[in-house]
Amino acid sequence: MASKTILELKQVDKFFGDKAAVERISLEIVEGEFFTIVGPSGSGKTTLIRMLVGMDTPSRGDILLRGERINDVPANKRPTCMVFQSLALFPHMTVGENVAYPLKCRGIEPGARKARAEECLTLAHLPMEYYDRPVTQCSGGERQRVALARALAFDPDILFFDEPLSALDYKLKKLLEKELKDIQRETGKTFIYITHSLEEAMVMSDRIGVMNEGRMVQIGAPREIYRRPNSRFVSEFMGEVNVLPVTAKGGKLHCQSLGTSFEVPPGAQETDGVLIIRPEDMRFVNGEPPVNGVLSGEIFNEYLLGSRVQYQVRAGGTTLLVEKQRDSAAPDPAARITFAPENSMLFAE
Amino acid sequence: MTDTAETLPETMADASDGANQLRQIPAGVWCAAPIGLLLLAGFLAPLIMVVLFSFMPRGTFSPFGVPTLENYVDIFTQKFYISFGWSLFLALISTAILMVVSYPLAVAIRRAAPRRALVLTILIVAPLFVAENIRLQGWVLFLDKAGVLDGSVKALTGFEIGSLVTNVPAIVFGIVYVYLPFMLFPMIMGLANVPPDVKEAASDLGASRWQMFRDIELPLAAPGLLIGGLLCFVISLGAFSEAKFLGKGVVVTIAQDIESAFTFGQNWPRGSALSALVIILAGAAVYLAMRRLDLEKMLGRAS
Ligand SMILES: Nc1ncnc2c1ncn2[C@@H]1O[C@H](COP(=O)(O)OP(=O)(O)O)[C@@H](O)[C@H]1O
Ligand SMILES: [Mg+2]
Repeated sequence: MASKTILELKQVDKFFGDKAAVERISLEIVEGEFFTIVGPSGSGKTTLIRMLVGMDTPSRGDILLRGERINDVPANKRPTCMVFQSLALFPHMTVGENVAYPLKCRGIEPGARKARAEECLTLAHLPMEYYDRPVTQCSGGERQRVALARALAFDPDILFFDEPLSALDYKLKKLLEKELKDIQRETGKTFIYITHSLEEAMVMSDRIGVMNEGRMVQIGAPREIYRRPNSRFVSEFMGEVNVLPVTAKGGKLHCQSLGTSFEVPPGAQETDGVLIIRPEDMRFVNGEPPVNGVLSGEIFNEYLLGSRVQYQVRAGGTTLLVEKQRDSAAPDPAARITFAPENSMLFAE
Repeated sequence: MTDTAETLPETMADASDGANQLRQIPAGVWCAAPIGLLLLAGFLAPLIMVVLFSFMPRGTFSPFGVPTLENYVDIFTQKFYISFGWSLFLALISTAILMVVSYPLAVAIRRAAPRRALVLTILIVAPLFVAENIRLQGWVLFLDKAGVLDGSVKALTGFEIGSLVTNVPAIVFGIVYVYLPFMLFPMIMGLANVPPDVKEAASDLGASRWQMFRDIELPLAAPGLLIGGLLCFVISLGAFSEAKFLGKGVVVTIAQDIESAFTFGQNWPRGSALSALVIILAGAAVYLAMRRLDLEKMLGRAS
């Protein structure tokens, strides 16, 4: 796939009053990719996407679509469209009328309109007999599909999604995530997807951009963001982690509260800060000589997480999380825990 | 609703069979009973009287004489249909103008910040605290020959505007002026039924301003528009003071005919027959509009 930039953001800011909702975001979206923007609620995701579809204009900076500045092009003149968080279906229309609406706006004659709308229903896995049903009679999942079909009927160059699945139950969400990814692959369209759920981002995306307080703090492939977060915020956002406050002392990192020293992760600069280790990178010591500092503690809780078990270990006033495969042998309640230096991440504070 | 009835004290239920039957009546019916009775006494009873009287011989004062159709025949032979026509025309044109005038105002109030919307609302409602006739007389003083407007312009420029009253446009102006709130507020209610994100979605899907207005805003706001239109149509059908003061008799509306039949003509049956026709006309308008309206949906009960 030749990577051609379709959408480019240059130092985009958006202020509400004197409060910045989006700050200095620069970004390049590649044609045909599935790009996901994740971030906690209030981090500015909706504000950003509204500027990208043309419902708002940036306070500063430029938005370029295929190299052309589109800052002031209104939403109805842009070749992009969005699936709203609220779906925003037209409540007084049938499923078919909803889906055919963008075609009607374009002045396509009713016969061709219907044929195309039906194609889009099929693409969104909606049975044809829904065509004449009022949207108000559709279930949550069906409405979701109507909104998707309607956006597909528009045939946008870029399709945006603002947390469309957040109101659905887990099973349906999983199913629709997969379908969405399939549709993206089938149509080859560029998808830009917003979610606050990391899991959703991991399943579907080619690349992920993590937002915090209006800024894009890291952009990369899902694995990269998961394995090599560039800040404490990203590492914590990407899942549960153990956070050990450490001070640099003679080439080692000393954790005051646990009274143990650890190796500096390879490639990291020795510094005061926090050492972060994912629960699945922690392991119980049984016999073999440890390569790193060892923590002693008491297991006081365990949870089954599908194929894995998570143990909560009380050690020196903090709670550590350790995960193991479920079928491996049960650990000693008086646990000794360690981790490989390369699995730890050091961030200066 | 029935829950409330069931929690009534046992003693009431045990009192007698009659009380037991009363208990079967839902609380909602009880709550609606006073207003129901009031409507029955204050609305239905006069209506029945009017209908009865309209079939009585000319100039009688008892509703129990021998029924006749002569009053209805008179309406056509004595050219009362002309004042009917005028009333209908005035009501239709005023309602149409009210729709057009109120729409941008309603949109502006919807869009305004809550504080400003409140100020605008108060400004629009304030005139309702002054009697309609007094306000209309005020306009006459303002617009008439040698009135405030004509006098001022003449004094300042020497140019004479003359009288702006005593014509049909002045009557229409009066009706529009007096009934504006009755169109505006239902319209604002209607516009509140249009979710902003649905409008944005339409625009995002390529709808022009006009297409968005026609396909999304208008149909979703229709209940409010229809109610406002109906209200204005029905009350301006009975418009009386506007024609009397601003029109000064240039046209006679049906309400004026009814008044003179009852007062100076002392012909109750004729007045009743004319009233009955107005009621039928208004009722027909309400019926036609209501058939197009889903009340459940309007009250937000539909999913
Ligand atoms: N129209 C607005 N006026 C004022 N502040 C706004 C407006 N829209 C969003 N904000 C603020 O901008 C910030 C980002 O909001 P938003 O983009 O909705 O976040 P997200 O979608 O990531 O949850 C929030 O603090 C929010 O209060
Ligand atoms: Mg949001």
